[in-house]
Amino acid sequence: MGNIGAKEIPVLLSPEGLRIDGRRLDELRPLKIQAGALHRADGSAFVEWGANKVLAAVYGPREVHPRHLQQNHKAVIQCRYNMAAFSVDERKRPGLDRRSQEISKVIAEAFESVVFAEEFPRTSIDVYIEVLQANAGTRCAGLVAASVALADAGIPMVDLLPAVAVGKVGGAIALDLKKEEDNFGEADLPMALVPQSGRLVLLQMEGHLTEPELAQALDLGVKGCREIYERMKQALRDRYAVGPMTGASA
Amino acid sequence: MKPGPGTYRTGGKIYASVLGLLSARPPVVQVIPLSGRYIPKPHDIVIGTVTDVQGKFWLLDIGAPRWAPLHMTGSPWKVEIGETDRYLRVGDAVTVEVENLDPTGRIGVTMLGEGLGKLEGGTIVHVSPARIPRVVGRGGSMVGLITRLSGAQVVVGQNGRIWVNGAPEAIRRVTFVLRLIDENGQRSGLTERVESYLLSTMPTTDAGRAMPRPDQAHREAPIEPVTPSAPEEETESEAEIDSDADLDEGESRGH
Repeated sequence: MGNIGAKEIPVLLSPEGLRIDGRRLDELRPLKIQAGALHRADGSAFVEWGANKVLAAVYGPREVHPRHLQQNHKAVIQCRYNMAAFSVDERKRPGLDRRSQEISKVIAEAFESVVFAEEFPRTSIDVYIEVLQANAGTRCAGLVAASVALADAGIPMVDLLPAVAVGKVGGAIALDLKKEEDNFGEADLPMALVPQSGRLVLLQMEGHLTEPELAQALDLGVKGCREIYERMKQALRDRYAVGPMTGASA
Repeated sequence: MKPGPGTYRTGGKIYASVLGLLSARPPVVQVIPLSGRYIPKPHDIVIGTVTDVQGKFWLLDIGAPRWAPLHMTGSPWKVEIGETDRYLRVGDAVTVEVENLDPTGRIGVTMLGEGLGKLEGGTIVHVSPARIPRVVGRGGSMVGLITRLSGAQVVVGQNGRIWVNGAPEAIRRVTFVLRLIDENGQRSGLTERVESYLLSTMPTTDAGRAMPRPDQAHREAPIEPVTPSAPEEETESEAEIDSDADLDEGESRGH
């Protein structure tokens, strides 16, 4: 990512084991998930995760456009991850770049492994992820938002898809890196988990980890995902909950 | 227990596959979706708009996963091949009935039948398809109430599209009421709120009497709830909400 104006490498881990923003190694940034944020989409969600702000919209299942992508036995899942020009400190050139193409692809593939696409042959499920403010871990935030949006859109799937990045900062494995940690840390390992089966459907890595470190990072990430999973479910409950509904007086 | 719609089974357990309300009536467990696109069922009466005109058929957007072709032989007119656009054009609204569904997801619709045809004038209000039982009400009580107290003509499509016609003020009031139902679909006491809103906004004539228009009061006739699916209120809500009976770990259960 772009420079953050710091000339020196900041101290990422204090002697007491606290990180740059005072978190412990296994602590997530504050996470707020709002299911149903947009009116015209079939499903949507807004996620604020640390200083990340991500909006996701799901349309479909609907007619496939362009037609030649249509699959006769299942729905195609099309995903567009995009960062707003103003989402980072230094204005980003708008539009698709290689990074966002890659992220779109891995997110679409993660969803392909949980959505029951065979239920809607010859259709398309379109997922749009807009990063409004970025502070490391936007692909995970985007995935979480998109997953809640898919549930909000009533799309049948195996499970929600919580995601989080684990990394190595100051020689220690840490959960949910923020920007400085991502920029100056030694490794970054985003992952997405299917809680129902325990499978990982997205796993990428940047930097270096030893084998024991990798194992430790995966453990920590899975734990983080399970925590996020509960928050995602709660967001959906909040969206569809009704006041004192007893059906008595109706 | 068998996994019904909205669920799947793996490793001897049944999980929810969609967000919704749990209904465990032996021998089936199912999840009734709270959201999502309209999933067509045969004999549903739906409202669509024309999205494409071909030589022998029109393509209709009925809010389903796919466009529904309406063949010219399913229309009430004597259409010559290539003359389809003399009868319906892109953007026109129609009431049609779902005839058949094939495994590839194609939706066959027909315009032959009572109450079906092109819709002229009026406006279309969209609500969630999951709300339609509530809009119709038990035995059509809710639509009945709305038409009676507003004097508007109302046609309810099972796909969540509702056509409203009448005086501009009546259309506005009905639209408001439909929004209300859409947003408060799972709450009780809706009928009372709808009734009190419509009564309080009732326009009066010079003589001071309310003016429901009897000539239009019965136009909703063909749109009884087409399926025997009971309105969601009591029947569904008793034991099922969040009773985690067999649903071990749903993907997400609505409240």
